[in-house]
Amino acid sequence: MQIAPYLSRISKFQSTIALFLLCILLSFLSDKFLTVDNGWNVLRQISVNICISVGMTLVVLTAGIDLSVGSVLAFSGAIAAGLLKSGITFPEQDLFIGFTILGTLIAGILTGSALGFFNGWVITKFKVPPFVATLAMLTIARGFTMLWTKGYPISGLGNNFAIIGTGWFLGVPILVWIAAIIIFLAIIICNKTPLGRYIYAIGGNENAAKLSGININKVKIIVYSIAGGLAAIGGIMVTSRLDSAQPNAGMSYELDAIAAVVIGGTSLSGGRGTIIGTVLGAIIIGVLNNGLVLLDVSPFWQQVVKGMVILLAVIIDKANSKTE
Amino acid sequence: MLTAENIGKNFSGIAALSDVSIALHPGKVTAIIGENGAGKSTLMKILSGVYTTYEGRILWKNEEVRFANPREAQSCGIAIIHQELNLIPDLTITQNIFLGREITNSWNFLDQKAMELRTKEILDKLKLFVAPNTLIRDLKLGQQQIVEIAKALLYDSEVIIMDEPTSAISDAEVEVLFTIIEDLRNEQKSIVYISHKLDELFKIADQYIVLRDGKVTERGDMQGVSQDDIITKMVGREIKVMEKGTRTNNSDELLSVENLSLRKNHNKNNLLLDDISFKLNSGEILGVFGLMGAGRTELLESILGLHPTNCESKIAIKNKIVKLKSPISAIKAGIVLVPEDRKKDGLFLGLDVATNISMSILKDIQEFGLISEEKELKLVDEYTKTLQIKTASPKLQVKNLSGGNQQKVVLARYLATKPIVLMLDEPTRGIDVNAKNEIYKLIVTLAKAGLGVIVVSSELPEILTLSDRIMVMAEGKITGMFNAADVSEDAILKAAIPKTI
Repeated sequence: MQIAPYLSRISKFQSTIALFLLCILLSFLSDKFLTVDNGWNVLRQISVNICISVGMTLVVLTAGIDLSVGSVLAFSGAIAAGLLKSGITFPEQDLFIGFTILGTLIAGILTGSALGFFNGWVITKFKVPPFVATLAMLTIARGFTMLWTKGYPISGLGNNFAIIGTGWFLGVPILVWIAAIIIFLAIIICNKTPLGRYIYAIGGNENAAKLSGININKVKIIVYSIAGGLAAIGGIMVTSRLDSAQPNAGMSYELDAIAAVVIGGTSLSGGRGTIIGTVLGAIIIGVLNNGLVLLDVSPFWQQVVKGMVILLAVIIDKANSKTE
Repeated sequence: MLTAENIGKNFSGIAALSDVSIALHPGKVTAIIGENGAGKSTLMKILSGVYTTYEGRILWKNEEVRFANPREAQSCGIAIIHQELNLIPDLTITQNIFLGREITNSWNFLDQKAMELRTKEILDKLKLFVAPNTLIRDLKLGQQQIVEIAKALLYDSEVIIMDEPTSAISDAEVEVLFTIIEDLRNEQKSIVYISHKLDELFKIADQYIVLRDGKVTERGDMQGVSQDDIITKMVGREIKVMEKGTRTNNSDELLSVENLSLRKNHNKNNLLLDDISFKLNSGEILGVFGLMGAGRTELLESILGLHPTNCESKIAIKNKIVKLKSPISAIKAGIVLVPEDRKKDGLFLGLDVATNISMSILKDIQEFGLISEEKELKLVDEYTKTLQIKTASPKLQVKNLSGGNQQKVVLARYLATKPIVLMLDEPTRGIDVNAKNEIYKLIVTLAKAGLGVIVVSSELPEILTLSDRIMVMAEGKITGMFNAADVSEDAILKAAIPKTI
């Protein structure tokens, strides 16, 4: 009997199977794991990472990387919180501009997109490698966050703003709704739009994409802007859940996002990968975090385990693509 | 010297080779002939230790051997020059040639001098006159091919396998290669030569073996067989070498290029292309011939707008001046380029056939911002039919297609943009005889339909078969413009050879 074809079929669902096994294992180890409350808890926790990871997936598909998402998240969240709380005053003109909640949301998202746009512009115009350009933005955006917040949290944003992070709609947390909508839109973009095709094309073979008349610079700038915008949405979600914009928010979130992308089977050299894969990757990381907390594993060991899982995922993926 | 008996090899249940036996003798050149997918490369990879599981046995000097890896085969004296180049672009020629077998002095440090000296020796022998410390990146494709051969010579190999060594180099360099092979033969080396170009084989081979579908269909001495005989045995049926169709000469001018020059980097005095002017009419096929480094590829790239900062020109399409700053504007204006290296510049290997074909016209098949699957499949269907692309399904990954079909996929993508001028750079490189003829027919059909076609090729027969007019280039200049009807091969070659030395 030949087992190779079966194995290759199974390998397509390896993250699903891994997640399933992980859940079974955890429900045996902890009676708190398989409860409705814990389920929503996990989903709420990962919704922010999903937002960032979806943007990261698009960037990685073009054979790029975005290290700045954690800082962009913090800055956009702080902008939204600051504008909501104090608005803008121009003392000389004796002018004060207040912001509604909707206004602050838009301002926050625009901030994130603008930083992403800047990333894309630097990468395409000056041919700076994405790793370096976004590493610089990681520091720049964090610095802006500190300047804007003066190093202190911006808290007390009011109940209406907190609804985003704590409210429920039709029996589902609003955070989870937001993540679900973003996943849905990203899948449409990847599979049904010219933009999605161009993203895969550029990551697969940039030379051929250029000769095919694809505007590579434009596509890349759009992709980095989307990644920035999604990081900003993540920032608003975090700020609202905590009812506070922390200057240190989003530290090392870029690593969790890259981990989700990689566990989800997206190739870091671009051109190959799916949004669904990334979502599964984010859920695996979320469940793992949750399980280790429930099992009372020390936070230090949690990091070790997470790192091992990332390695394992990539090793399995490599082995699979070899047998193809 | 080297004998293989009853070799068989399966790939996931499909026989790539079955019951193949060959014997190689010192001082003989053996030609392996067959279409793409006939099993030539598989056989060579078994002989050179790349594939380690196979049926049958290999005898090296009457002793059975089983190479565990290419290194073992090399140390026995079997070297292979692969179709795809295996050089590291950012290392020098010397570093590449000595990679993994560096000469060291008594301190175990690299003996740079000795290595460069030896490299120079070999390069001189191969008539490649560049400094041994030149980076591979800075060499032309043809020169890189020669470095690859130099690598094999360094091993002092007794059997040298050359897999399509001339697919990337121009006719003058082929001559150089042939004298090298002649020398090697006189030194009692055994050469295995794989090529699609039959006339080459007639020039240098002593014996031949024809493979079809993994089996030997014919073998014998090269003397006394005709080209047609061999073609018949390759494909199992007679195919006629294409006759040039006569087309009504249309005088509608499609493209005019005036005073095109291309600077190398920002150096004003270093011109890659110097004052190129020509015109192309509707329904005309213009062949562009030149030796390596003549600037043929650069000319096509410049017209396509790939060198916007270094290139100056006045280009008009249908008598209207156009500014082509990028392939985007070129495609909009109706000029497309089917690139020379389809894997590097043409295909999205990981994507499927349909996606590859529709890539340049997604804007035209979308509805409300979403790609219409129905329109896409209709388009793909249309082009797979007219170009006769053989694929199991439009959803098949393009990397699973044969070279000829891959080339048609690239062609389909550009034809879908409804171009006015079609530029083809080496359209039949690495493609078997059958697919080659199909591509030729296609090109002629397209010209008949009114397209202007520019074909760049380093194969003179290809240029002569296809072209109405032949433009010859040397060192960035036009050195000859001929009517294909009344020109001799000699005249073309004469014009192509640089005069400055």
